[in-house]
Amino acid sequence: MKYKAKIIVRLEEGLNDPEGRVIGKALKNLGYKIADLKVPKYFEVVFESENPEKDVEEMCRRLLANPVIHTYEYQIEPLGE
Amino acid sequence: MPKFAVIVFPGTNCDFETVETIKKAGGKAERVWYKESLKDFDGVVLPGGFSYADYLRGGAISARAEIMEEVKELAKEGKPVLGICNGFQILTEAKLLPGALRPNKIPRFLCRWIYLRVAVTETAFTSFYKEGEVIRMPIAHAEGNYYANNLSKVRIAFQYSNENGEIIEDANPNGSLLNIAGISNENGNVLGMMPHPERASDRWLGSEDGLRVFKSMVKYAKR
Repeated sequence: MKYKAKIIVRLEEGLNDPEGRVIGKALKNLGYKIADLKVPKYFEVVFESENPEKDVEEMCRRLLANPVIHTYEYQIEPLGE
Repeated sequence: MPKFAVIVFPGTNCDFETVETIKKAGGKAERVWYKESLKDFDGVVLPGGFSYADYLRGGAISARAEIMEEVKELAKEGKPVLGICNGFQILTEAKLLPGALRPNKIPRFLCRWIYLRVAVTETAFTSFYKEGEVIRMPIAHAEGNYYANNLSKVRIAFQYSNENGEIIEDANPNGSLLNIAGISNENGNVLGMMPHPERASDRWLGSEDGLRVFKSMVKYAKR
């Protein structure tokens, strides 16, 4: 069975996000009242699996996220045979 | 004479000078493509560069290469494993060292000379230094901001300092926790550092303070 996983990897709460800070500053320069801006990473993975939940959980833990600094969440949708 | 493998991934770019520095320190060294084997080597150096263009996170892709299983075996056997810059990132991503290297606090590439204080001499790579000695070498990285959520497992080897060896915020180029520039495992045979000792291995390079990292490693491998 084929699936599509939409995975978001975020920096752990409280850790400084330098890229987000700089982008937020640029938006401020454009006149917006930015209080905070973060840059999570977003992945779309199309894959075949017998056990999609287990596989996506492993993909996150083994490569896509670094457990030392990241949290992650995902949604999985079936694409059919 | 101990023989070292300098592992080359796609995008590694400090391999040649690292080989030359090991030779200068009295060891044998060869560049080893990451698809080759590490049989018959007495130690491994993961040199600097931009393996896999820093895709995902610095060192993240290389750390999952098959050759890293052999590196882990060597490390377990007590052989010296040194990671410089991108090599340090690979060692943390491969869980051979604790913690993670995050993008610099000021998000840009930093390339300049810094001072380091040697925090510990009981490792395979620091035995030729004195504890508390201040040395000078260059850094060149965008992701060198060391972070760990459990410092009790971290053995600090080098810290960014000023010329007098004081560990102060002003001497911290990238936002690293406790000014950490390099750490080792508990055994002392695996060490990662962001500064480039091979670029400070001869007087005409501006400093030869880094050469002793390699001299220590060669001496350790001879035991």
